[in-house]
Amino acid sequence: MSAESTHLGTTEADIAHVKRIWKAFWILLVLTILELALGLTIYRIDLGANPNESLVLMIKGVICILTLAKAFYIISIFMHLGDEVRAMAMTIGLPALLFIWFIIAFIAEGSSYRHLRNTDAGIRQYKEQPQQFHHPSAEPAEKSDKKLD
Amino acid sequence: METAIAQTKTKMWAGGRSPFNVSYGKLMMWYFLISDSFTFGAFLISYGSIRFSLNNWVDHNYVFNKFPFTEANLPLAFVSLMTFILIMSSVTMVLAVHEGHKMNQKGVEKWLALTILGGLAFLSCQAWEWTHLITHQHEVLVDGVLQHWGTTVSHNPWGPEVMYKGHMVATPGPVAFGGYFFGITGFHGFHVFSGVVINSIMLIKTKKGDFSKRGHYEMVEKAGLYWHFVDLVWVFVFLCFYLI
Repeated sequence: MSAESTHLGTTEADIAHVKRIWKAFWILLVLTILELALGLTIYRIDLGANPNESLVLMIKGVICILTLAKAFYIISIFMHLGDEVRAMAMTIGLPALLFIWFIIAFIAEGSSYRHLRNTDAGIRQYKEQPQQFHHPSAEPAEKSDKKLD
Repeated sequence: METAIAQTKTKMWAGGRSPFNVSYGKLMMWYFLISDSFTFGAFLISYGSIRFSLNNWVDHNYVFNKFPFTEANLPLAFVSLMTFILIMSSVTMVLAVHEGHKMNQKGVEKWLALTILGGLAFLSCQAWEWTHLITHQHEVLVDGVLQHWGTTVSHNPWGPEVMYKGHMVATPGPVAFGGYFFGITGFHGFHVFSGVVINSIMLIKTKKGDFSKRGHYEMVEKAGLYWHFVDLVWVFVFLCFYLI
């Protein structure tokens, strides 16, 4: 080990590497702040009388893409996978592609379940349910009045 | 003959060297992390699947809107702080690994200590958030009777609101919310906790000079991979529970 590369040896490459780390940090911070801004936008939209559902869904899609960008920077810069041999990065990256199928399949499964729940398509007849646990005409129990504040 | 051997030896997969140009331990850490990511993925996708199958879910902007020491309505604020803490501790970890490459023991000690501090800060935040959710009670109309519920794995007071005696009161929401929220953030929190323990062991070993005697800080690098993975998982937990 040569003298300049030990204690506090700051070569050109070292400085460049540290710069790259901080750059990744700033990118992550900006992406997180963007996500927050979009999240608060959704909150604002939902406060309104007639929330625009498709707009909210679109904003959520944008947030998902920003999250994937954050994941990319963490994996490639902080975990140095971008600097590894390509074949090795592939043994990590290719199995992760299974997630694409995984997400699509199970989200579709959930939607199908909701469809069965809300229609006659399932094995049982659909009965329109009032708002769950909602008993508008039920006379309130005496005890509950005390808890009202 | 000898030249032939020399030639084959230079080939990537001819043996005698790592074709991935990486040590066994680091490669296996990566493979552990990919398997762990499938565990988390299964949890989060199961959560998504259940959420898609229900007609209503909770509104996270109302569930997570409190900050310590204030009663103000601050949606997303506290969890942003937690996210910032975790990203920051990821940066200090990668700087510790960098100092390790330079064989600078003092630098590794400093950045590792800061990483541990960040991990502990995150765990404290999570402890506060859980305590707040479980103990902070909300009015909820159950079968026509007004009750007060905290958010637990068996109680969810964040369902759709109905008119009751002239004001809006929540009804019980899907029970699955508590199970998924506490289950997934708990599993993640457990990863943070074990990450803090691993980093503490690394710090002690660094202070004892084990790594400088060994001639490399690869152990710190492996612990770093684990720590960044914890940060990576949080990015997705943050997305699934707090943003969408």
